[in-house]
Amino acid sequence: MLDAYRDSIGAKLLLWGVSSLVLAFLMLPTLIVVPLSFSASDLLEFPPRHWSLRWYESFFASPAWMAALSTSLRLAILTALIAVPVAFMAAIGMDRLGFRVKAGIYGFILSPAVTPGILLAIGLFMVLAKLGLVGTFSGVLVGHVVLAIPVCVVVLNPAIARFDWQQALAAQSLGAGWARIIVGIILPQVGTSLVAAGLMALLTSLDEAVISIFVANGANATLPKLMFISLRDEIDPTIAAISTLWITLVTVLVIFINTRLNDNHT
Amino acid sequence: MSEASGERRLFILLACPAIVLTGFGAILPIVWIIRQSFFDKAGELTIANYGRLLTSDLTWSAFGTTLSLSVMTLAICTILGIPLSLALASVSRKTAGRLMILLLLPLWTSILVRTYGWVVLLRRDGLINSFFVATGLSDQPVPLVYNFTGALIGMVHYMLPLFVLPVYAAMRDIDGNIVRAAASLGASFWKCVRTVILPLSTGGVISGATVVFVYTLGFFITPAVLGGGKVNPISIRIERTLSTFQDWGEASALGLLLLILVMLIGAMLVSVRRLLRLGVRNA
Amino acid sequence: MSLKALPISVNGLKKGYGTFLALDDVSISIRPGEFLTLLGPSGSGKTTLLMAMAGFVRPDKGSIEIGGRDITRLPPNKRDIGIVFQNYALFPHMSVLANVAYPLRLRNVPRKQAIAQAEAALARVKLEGFGDRSISALSGGQRQRVALARAVVFEPRIMLMDEPLSALDKNLREQMQFEIRRLHDDLGITTIYVTHDQREALTMSDRIAVMDRGRIQQLDEPQKIYNRPLNRFVAHFLGEANILASNAISGLPSGFPATSDAMIRAESFDIQHDGKPHVTIKGSLVAKAFRGENWLIQVDIGEGQHLLASLPADRSAQCQELVVGQNVILYASPSQIHAIASERPQ
Repeated sequence: MLDAYRDSIGAKLLLWGVSSLVLAFLMLPTLIVVPLSFSASDLLEFPPRHWSLRWYESFFASPAWMAALSTSLRLAILTALIAVPVAFMAAIGMDRLGFRVKAGIYGFILSPAVTPGILLAIGLFMVLAKLGLVGTFSGVLVGHVVLAIPVCVVVLNPAIARFDWQQALAAQSLGAGWARIIVGIILPQVGTSLVAAGLMALLTSLDEAVISIFVANGANATLPKLMFISLRDEIDPTIAAISTLWITLVTVLVIFINTRLNDNHT
Repeated sequence: MSEASGERRLFILLACPAIVLTGFGAILPIVWIIRQSFFDKAGELTIANYGRLLTSDLTWSAFGTTLSLSVMTLAICTILGIPLSLALASVSRKTAGRLMILLLLPLWTSILVRTYGWVVLLRRDGLINSFFVATGLSDQPVPLVYNFTGALIGMVHYMLPLFVLPVYAAMRDIDGNIVRAAASLGASFWKCVRTVILPLSTGGVISGATVVFVYTLGFFITPAVLGGGKVNPISIRIERTLSTFQDWGEASALGLLLLILVMLIGAMLVSVRRLLRLGVRNA
Repeated sequence: MSLKALPISVNGLKKGYGTFLALDDVSISIRPGEFLTLLGPSGSGKTTLLMAMAGFVRPDKGSIEIGGRDITRLPPNKRDIGIVFQNYALFPHMSVLANVAYPLRLRNVPRKQAIAQAEAALARVKLEGFGDRSISALSGGQRQRVALARAVVFEPRIMLMDEPLSALDKNLREQMQFEIRRLHDDLGITTIYVTHDQREALTMSDRIAVMDRGRIQQLDEPQKIYNRPLNRFVAHFLGEANILASNAISGLPSGFPATSDAMIRAESFDIQHDGKPHVTIKGSLVAKAFRGENWLIQVDIGEGQHLLASLPADRSAQCQELVVGQNVILYASPSQIHAIASERPQ
């Protein structure tokens, strides 16, 4: 739309100058962490003078970190396994209900996403404390699932909206019950979105820090919680190694989602 | 298509697991906070928590920190984000899509990873200070982390992509011919931005501002790590009240005050948005 | 208000997009105060040419001069050209008056004077009193006029219009064609008009430049283009043209080149000659259709050639009696026959 100002130097400076600086700013911390993870020194010097894998070794050798990793992975997988079907059913139900009811349910389900995390964290902490579930795996799981559901619903809604409900009517007339319709007809057609929703649920859970800090105590500490504590206490370069592993994982997942979703849209 | 009431019940049933889970995991905690705020440490019903908080300097300074962090984050996001959004809106959708991936990648990187990266970058012996000292921009290392500045940088870094998205969407929606018309009528680039592009993007900017406020008012991790204990927005005061002082009532009261603040600002921005829709500029 | 009429000169303009050549060595001389239409199908280059004149498209080669001044390297906001876009491109966040006053305020015209001039421009397009309205409250035709007012209020050097009437319904379009032409005549400003509608071009223009595939096929007055098209493309683009082998026609004037084909417009035919000088074409009826103001008949004249004839309402009785398959004889005045280069193997 700016072809009229193609020759304006001011325009070019403002738009591309600022944008390049901003994009560099956005990428900076992510990029800096990667080379640091391979540094032999524990002094956080940049650029690293000697290269080594000691921080990766330190990570994989540490029982505390490995326990946290295991907890985080189990939480993430379970979050996805619970949140995706729940969100899937909710999306189907919402799609078929009247506008006002749908809006009401949608707002309700989305509320955790717009509430400050700290409030959810302390509230959940107090509720779980009353039930004696603080520090338990299931306690944290509840928090993660509640945060993952809105994300999954947002991903699944467009796919459900695209679904042709005439097919469900046709199936009904042929004698199929709703369970068969949902699993046999709707599910296969929104398959890609389900995968995307699952990945989003995984990421949401893996990255969740605030609730974990309050609720995931002791043996059930998650990876982000340990990282937080470590950051607050002292700067351990092991975090650089963890960060690099995380960045790699996420980049692969994002590219995967993007190419998969784009394939579906063409 | 006739909807039998049996079917309607089925659909409501399908939405129930989500509703129940959200109710237990999110709504109940918030309700509990409200309830707990009226109890003191001994378990007695009281409003003394609020009394103490609202008369305490610490509380007000915490509110001050929270608001100034949010407002300054928004200001910086606006200055940096609007040119970026315009640049993205001015290229083809395909190119913009590719650049967006760059923009959104930080969002997918764990907040702890990013915070760690910033600590490394901003330390006295970190990359940025080394650069400043080496190029002579400063004689000594500048304190960039474990203070307000550090927390602010971290927050801007987190919110910028989220701010840009609605602003970009609003700018994309601007009819290209309108910009060409302004140019043909004699508008320089700056005049065009000021009189045509920005006014037509206001809706997107307000949406972006709403997102920035709703998120940053409750930010905890970033100020906790990058603030080095010197930056104490409400979220950190809540954490301290809960874990250090074990005063659930007071922490809850603070939490409710925060919630009210978020809702007030959200409502304000929504009505600003509505007012803008009605206004048409005259000559 | 009579603005200075400036000539425009386009020289050797070339513009390519990858392998696609949008403009292929285009040159035109446009006379001061002329109303020139660029007519052609989509992809013919007419819009690209207009956009190059406006400054939104930078040509690969060639130059453009307005009033003797080379503007090829000038950015659009310095060219002082009034443009009316296809979708009007009015500023939705400004009132009608603010829209029209916009170019004046950009030129530092004091507010009161700008408002007065804007109101005068609105009056000129018959929208007096509309100043305070918002754009969304206007109909298509009204928006069209606001766009016109905004484009002329600052006394531009030339006017460019990119299919401004294509979004309007038929009646409104025909009314606006006259309005735009009248505005042009009042102001005396050189105007370039782009359209794909040949009827619009014929109605409004002093001259028409018919374009196809990035080249100008013919540049001439409407009547000359219509009656004496230089090639088949132009012939077919304007009106219904029948291009027939000359041996299908008996009675051609002696000067008619033997190797050329004959172009006869559909409305040149008649089913009786009333004693006037005529040529004759024989064939059999394939189809006939009543269209209200005329009859259309399709006739097979042999060797796979079909012609389309348009017969006026007073031939209704005879047309009604025609039967598919029956032999028909058509007559046309020799002056209506135009020789056109043949593309058949001789």
